[in-house]
Amino acid sequence: MALLEVTNLGISFGGLRAVDDFSVSIEKGALYGLIGPNGAGKTTVFYMLTGVYQPTVGTFALDGENLTGKTPLEISHKGIARTFQNIRLFNKMTVLDNVKIGLHNHVKYNVLDGIMRLPAYFRDEQKLNEDAKRLLEVFDLYGEKDYLASNLPYGKQRKLEIARALATAPKLLLLDEPAAGMNPNETAELMDTIRFVRDEFDMTILLIEHDMKLVSGICEEITVLNFGQVLAQGKPAEVLSDPKVIVAYLGE
Amino acid sequence: MSKVFTKKNILLFVVIAAIYALLFTLDGMGFFNRQTRALLVPICINIILAVSLNLIVGFLGELTLGHAGFMSVGAYTGCMFTIYADLPMAVEFPLAMLIGGVVAAVFGVIIGIPALRLRGDYLAIVTLAFGEIIRSILNNLSLVGGSGGLNGIPKYSNYAIAYVVMIVTIVVIANLVKSRHGRAICSIRDNVIASESMGIPVVYYKLLAFVVAAFFAGVAGVLYGHNLGILKPSTFDFNKSIEILVMVVMGGMGSIPGSIIAAFLITVLPELLRGLADYRMLIYAVVLIVMMLLNNNARFNEFKTHIFAKKARRQGAGLTEGGE
Repeated sequence: MALLEVTNLGISFGGLRAVDDFSVSIEKGALYGLIGPNGAGKTTVFYMLTGVYQPTVGTFALDGENLTGKTPLEISHKGIARTFQNIRLFNKMTVLDNVKIGLHNHVKYNVLDGIMRLPAYFRDEQKLNEDAKRLLEVFDLYGEKDYLASNLPYGKQRKLEIARALATAPKLLLLDEPAAGMNPNETAELMDTIRFVRDEFDMTILLIEHDMKLVSGICEEITVLNFGQVLAQGKPAEVLSDPKVIVAYLGE
Repeated sequence: MSKVFTKKNILLFVVIAAIYALLFTLDGMGFFNRQTRALLVPICINIILAVSLNLIVGFLGELTLGHAGFMSVGAYTGCMFTIYADLPMAVEFPLAMLIGGVVAAVFGVIIGIPALRLRGDYLAIVTLAFGEIIRSILNNLSLVGGSGGLNGIPKYSNYAIAYVVMIVTIVVIANLVKSRHGRAICSIRDNVIASESMGIPVVYYKLLAFVVAAFFAGVAGVLYGHNLGILKPSTFDFNKSIEILVMVVMGGMGSIPGSIIAAFLITVLPELLRGLADYRMLIYAVVLIVMMLLNNNARFNEFKTHIFAKKARRQGAGLTEGGE
């Protein structure tokens, strides 16, 4: 059974059907791409999968469990984590604390333990620090752990966002335009990072992207959306040479 | 447990004890005149108020104008308790503070609930209305003396008690902020959408911040009532809330040492300037404006971080340092 099973998902805003009849099935360990021209409804799909928007029709299930209609909080606890198109870090917090927020639910000490500094506090905080260190080292960010997140350069902020999402120990990672605003060198580095995350963490990744080089370079399968409808689905090479897709992107 | 007895904590304890010993000896030597002596308890009370409000304004990032409301709820319940309960002071007064704090915390939940739906200016108006409603009710409630005030409160407060309660407040809030719960509260301030998608129960943590802050405001109210021996609803008006907010903003939002220093200055300054009579309020206003400008000055902030904390880039410039 596939890890993420989306069936006939659709949403309307008033009379506008933003996404219609969207179905996709993503196997565990896959690197899946979702592409399409501006306004095609890609980010809307992400919003539905994370519970921010409630789909008008259709369902989606993670690991066989139906998550349609759940709140963002519940969905996060069930194992879907995401990054944002416009980076949303906790800017006035340190790099380390950003990751520790992702790890928040991995330890259970309560408010009293924290205020009284009972042994549970020290034990759990040490575990958090170790886990955060391991994650930050993987992304080569440990040297900057005491920096405020807003003081990191752009490329590293993207990395930190991915590290923070991974800290929640998700089953599925959603990346919303990870290469937005990056130059070709940074994009190449990002491709390595994404591939590395998949292999190292045995992660399933669904990403939205505009950068065709990145998509065709790392995705094993892609879906093309246009005006809220699925235009094509399959291996990147086949899909990207599909005349319908070329028309949607470049015009006739 | 060895982490409790670190060099830093021992030093902090020594500093706290030293300040207390200094106060005590100075007082014993008759160094304080009546006016100065009368300022000691209000300084502690204002520090409690400013540090607790900082939890909502500085760390949770929500603007509230109803802190005097929480204070008055705590003050009246605590003082009613000591008036009617017939217990020895050593039992009665701590109990009164606890009861005042808990009742204020209940009101913290009540006012925290709209805070889940409202943000920014809208929340500020709702909390402002809350404070005014409390004041109108107290004004018209003959049980607590109405606008004439609640008289005959035993004068239990002294600077020893106020100092201890102040230290407890600072330690509790500083520790809370540095725990995983405090981090969650700060993450809500920085980006609520990201916070929720990281699995932080935003509702719970917003309420937690309101409840803890209201509790300590209530405790401060109880101290206040037992210091003056009389409570008047007009004390807890809009201006009082603003005064506490000024302390928080002047000290720097999200900085506990800042709140402490600002609360101290704002309590002491009007008294220090009393000799200048006519120019007193003018100088007071100018000092406030200068402080605000300095707080927004990058170079001054750098200087401050340099002084307060070794970890120069950490947020809040080292939260427990200088916890005197």
